[in-house]
Amino acid sequence: MSSINDFCFKIGTVNGTGSASANGLLMQAIFRMGIPVVGKNVFPSNIQGLPTWYEIRVSKDGYTARTAPFDLVVAMNTGTYKRDVQEIKPGGYLMYDASWPMDKAFLRDDITVIGIPLGEMCNNTFTGDRERTLMKNIAYTGALAALLSIDMDVIHSMLQEKFGKKKHLLDSNYKAIRLGYDYAQQHYRCPLPFHLSTMDATKDHILIDGNAAAALGCVFAGATVGAWYPITPATSLMENFRAFCEQFRKDADGKRQFCIVQAEDELAAAGMVIGAGWMGARAFTPTAGPGISLMGEFVGLAYYAEVPAVFFDVQRTGPSTGMPTRTQQSDLLQIAYLSHGDTKHLMLFPANPEECFTMARDAFDLAERFQTPTFVVMDLDIGMNDWMCKRFTWDDSYRPDRGKVLDKAALEKVEKFYRYVSTNGDGVAARTLPGVDPKGSYFTRGSGHTKFGTYTEDSDEYREVMDRLVRKLAAAAEAVPAPEIITTEGASAGIITIGGCRGAVLEGLDRLKEQGIALDYMRVRGFPFGKPVREFLARHDKFIVIEQNRDAQLRSLITLECGIAPERLLSVREYGGLPLGTNQVVEGILGQLQGAEVPA
Amino acid sequence: MTSITKPRVQHPSATKNALNLSRRDYEGSMSTLCAGCGHDSVTAALIDAFWQLDIPPHRVAKLSGIGCSSKTTAYFINQAHGFNSVHGRMPAVATGANAANRELYYIGVSGDGDSLSIGLGQMCHAIRRNLSILYVLENNGVYGLTKGQFSASADIGSKAKKGEANVMPPIDPVLLALTLGASFVARSFSGDKAQLVPLLKAGLMHGGFALVDVISPCVTFNDHEGSTKSYLYTRQHYDEVAPVDFVPLRREIATSDAPTTDSVRSVTMHDGSTVHFRMLAEDYDPTSREAAYSYVRAAHERGEVATGLLYIDEGSPDMHGVNGSIETALTNVPYETLCPGNAKLQELMEEYR
Repeated sequence: MSSINDFCFKIGTVNGTGSASANGLLMQAIFRMGIPVVGKNVFPSNIQGLPTWYEIRVSKDGYTARTAPFDLVVAMNTGTYKRDVQEIKPGGYLMYDASWPMDKAFLRDDITVIGIPLGEMCNNTFTGDRERTLMKNIAYTGALAALLSIDMDVIHSMLQEKFGKKKHLLDSNYKAIRLGYDYAQQHYRCPLPFHLSTMDATKDHILIDGNAAAALGCVFAGATVGAWYPITPATSLMENFRAFCEQFRKDADGKRQFCIVQAEDELAAAGMVIGAGWMGARAFTPTAGPGISLMGEFVGLAYYAEVPAVFFDVQRTGPSTGMPTRTQQSDLLQIAYLSHGDTKHLMLFPANPEECFTMARDAFDLAERFQTPTFVVMDLDIGMNDWMCKRFTWDDSYRPDRGKVLDKAALEKVEKFYRYVSTNGDGVAARTLPGVDPKGSYFTRGSGHTKFGTYTEDSDEYREVMDRLVRKLAAAAEAVPAPEIITTEGASAGIITIGGCRGAVLEGLDRLKEQGIALDYMRVRGFPFGKPVREFLARHDKFIVIEQNRDAQLRSLITLECGIAPERLLSVREYGGLPLGTNQVVEGILGQLQGAEVPA
Repeated sequence: MTSITKPRVQHPSATKNALNLSRRDYEGSMSTLCAGCGHDSVTAALIDAFWQLDIPPHRVAKLSGIGCSSKTTAYFINQAHGFNSVHGRMPAVATGANAANRELYYIGVSGDGDSLSIGLGQMCHAIRRNLSILYVLENNGVYGLTKGQFSASADIGSKAKKGEANVMPPIDPVLLALTLGASFVARSFSGDKAQLVPLLKAGLMHGGFALVDVISPCVTFNDHEGSTKSYLYTRQHYDEVAPVDFVPLRREIATSDAPTTDSVRSVTMHDGSTVHFRMLAEDYDPTSREAAYSYVRAAHERGEVATGLLYIDEGSPDMHGVNGSIETALTNVPYETLCPGNAKLQELMEEYR
C-alpha cells in the first residue's frame, strides 16, 4: 500500500458546516504541488444537516475516474461512521474526530485508526459555535497535511490569497491548520505509507468544473441572451455566465451587452431562447432532465420552424425528481426525439470541462448552420465537479458560423425570398432576420407550411418540407463532433461509450491491456451518428456499450439509428447516481466478454 | 376562404402616410375567420393604428399563440415578421425576441384561452418584467376552434350555445394586470373602432407592457342571448370610462386632438407622445392603480364593462431598463465586441489554478 502520488481518500462531513471550502483547499494544494488530482463532491439535495462526502483521487498518471474503496477515510460525521468505515480498503486508514469515542462495533481489524481530537482542540482554541465548526474543517486539513505530506508553504500561500485582507480570518485559519498538523506529527508516524511528493505535471493545467467551462464557451462564442430556470445541477452554468458577462460584457458606460432572463419555468426559458434565436441572437438555456421534459413542445416548434436554439442538459438521476444531486446519463433517448411528431435533434456529448468549453462554441455554430435545436448533453459529474484540464485557449481568428442568413445586400440580389426553399444538398434553407429588410419578411409558424412559408394542409406540400428536414439532419450528422476512436492491435471487440464515462473506461482498458485483453474504443461525441461511427461499427462483430443509465439508452440509439442487430451490442450500465468507477468498467467488460446476458 | 387571393391592386387616390404607404400596405392575408368575427374588426383597427403611426412594416414583430385570435397575426402587415408560436407561450417567445432586439415594435395577439388558461403564467410574468409589447387580448369567453367550450373569462351565469350556464368565476385580465403591476391597462370593444385605434396607438408607443383587453364577440359560438360576451350584451352594458386621444410626439397637435374642456387629463409617454383622457366618469384617475381597480370591479358588479385606458404608468422601466441593457439591439453588437479574446482568457485561467 506504499505509493507516492497514487491513492484516493474520502472525507465524510455534515453539509452546511463549511467543509466544502476546506476540501477545495486540499484539492487545490495538491494541484499546486504539481500532482494530478480530481475531486468528486457527493452531496445531498439539502441545505444543512445531511451527510456529504468529498472524494479526492491523486493520480500521478493523470487518471480521473472514481476508484472506491479508499486508502483513507476522514470520518467527521458520526451519523455515517458505519458506512464510511466499510469503504476503506483492507490495510487502509481511518481518521476520525477523537473528541468523542467511536463505537467499537464499527471498527475493523484490517484498518489503522487515527484519532485526532479536532473538536476538542477547536473548542479550546476558538470562541463561538460558528468559528469552532468552521475551524474544525481547517484543522482536519492540517492533520491531512501532516499525514499526506502536503506542502505547508503551498497551504500558507493559498490562505494568504484567500484571507490576506481579513487578518483575523487568516490568523484563525493558520492556527487551525497548525492544530491538526502538530497533533498528527506528535502522535502518529507521518507521513502515511501513501502520500504526496511534489511533481511538475499540472503546470499547463487548470482546475475547473464543466458548468463554468460551458458558460465561458457561451461568452466566447458570442451568446448574448440566456434564459433559465434554476435547477440542480445546471444552476451554476448560468451563474457563471452572469459573472463572466459582468466582467467582460459591459460597454464603456457600464451598460450590459447581454440579457439574462430568469424565466418562470423551463418551458418559458425554451420559448425565450427560440424568440431570441429567431431575431438572430445566439441564445441558450441550461437545464436538467425535468426541464428538458417541460421544453418538449417548444423544441418541436424550433425543429419544425427551423429556429436555432442551444440547450445545455446537465443530466441528473431520474426519473421524475429522482436524485437531483446525483449523476446519470439518462436523458439521451428523451432528447434525441424530443417533442411530438417526427423530430430528431443534434446532441453533443462532452466528456470533461475542456470539451464543455469547445462544444458550447460548436453547439452555437451547428444550431445556426442547421437552424435547429442543439443540445450539449453534460452530466452532474462533469458540470459540478472540479476537473483537471489543459488550460483553455481561444483562437482569435474564430468567427461564428451564422449559417445561411440573407442580409440586406443579399436580399437585393434575389427576386423574391422564400423561407423554406433549399437550393443545395444539405437541406438548409436560407433565413432572414426580422427588421432587416421588407423583402425578407416571412411568417414563422409551427403549423403546416409549404416551402414558401405559407400555411398548408396539403399532403404533398407538407411532405416536401418534412422530407427536406430529413436531408438536413443527415447533413448535420456529418458535421457534429466526430467520435474519439482508439484502436488497438489484435482487438477482439469494441467498446462504445459516451460523455463522462471516458476516464473510467480508458483507465479500465489500460488495466485490461495489462491482463492481455485488447479492445478498440469509441466515444461518441455527437448525434445523429455520422459516418465514422458507422465505420467503427463495421470493425467487429461484438461491441460493449458502457453508459450510465438503467435502460442502455445509448445502445438503443445505436440500434435504432445505425440499423445494427441488437445482439451485437453487449451492455455495461452503472446507474446508481455516482460517477462511473474503473472497477465497474473492468468487471463489467470481463463479465460481458464471458457471456453475460444481453439486455432486452 | 383560403382559396381566395386578396387583390393587391391599390386605388391611386388612397391616402398615404408619412412613409408614402396606404392602409393597404399594412394589410395581411385574407382572414379565414367566420364572417362577422370580432377579431377581424380588431385587425382592421390594428392596420389603422400602425398606418397612422407611420411605422415601417418590416420593423414590426407580430407574435401570437394558438387559437382563433392567434390566427390574426397573419391578417395584418404582410411585410412584418410574424411568429405563430405554441399555445399560450407567445409571451416567452416575445420576451426572448425583445431581449435580442429591442429596436422593433412588438405586438402580441392572444385570446382568452391562450392568455387566461394555458398561458396565464406566461402573461403574468411578461407583465412582471414589463416587457415592451402591445399585448392585445381578443376576449370572447369561448374556445372557438374546438367548438364552444367556456373559457376562463366567461362570466358566471353566461350561457353556452347549447344552453348550459357557466358556474365558475371569470378571470378578468384587466383586474389581474392591475394587481400584477402592469404599466398600461386598457379595455375596449371590437365594435368600437373609434375608441380602439387610439388605445392601440398609445399601447404601441408605451414603453412597457401594454395590455389591451378587447371584447371581441364570437359570432359562431358565443353571440347568442344569455351570453355576456355577445355584441348585443357588450353594447348594452358598455361603460366608457376615459376615452383617449393619442398624440404622437412628432405630430403637431391638431385641433381635434387638442384638449377642449376642463375634463381632459394628459399623460406624457416615455417617448414624449401624449395621451389625452376625456373624463366621462367624474374624478376618475387613470394614474391611480387603486382607483382603476375599484372602478373596474364596481362596474363588473353592476354587470357593466368598463372600457378605455383604465390605467397608465409611464415611469416604470421595461425589461431592458431593469437589466441595464445597451440602448441598441444586442443583435447589432459585432462579434469582435462580444468575444473577450484569448489574452483575456489567459488572464482568467490564472484564477483557476
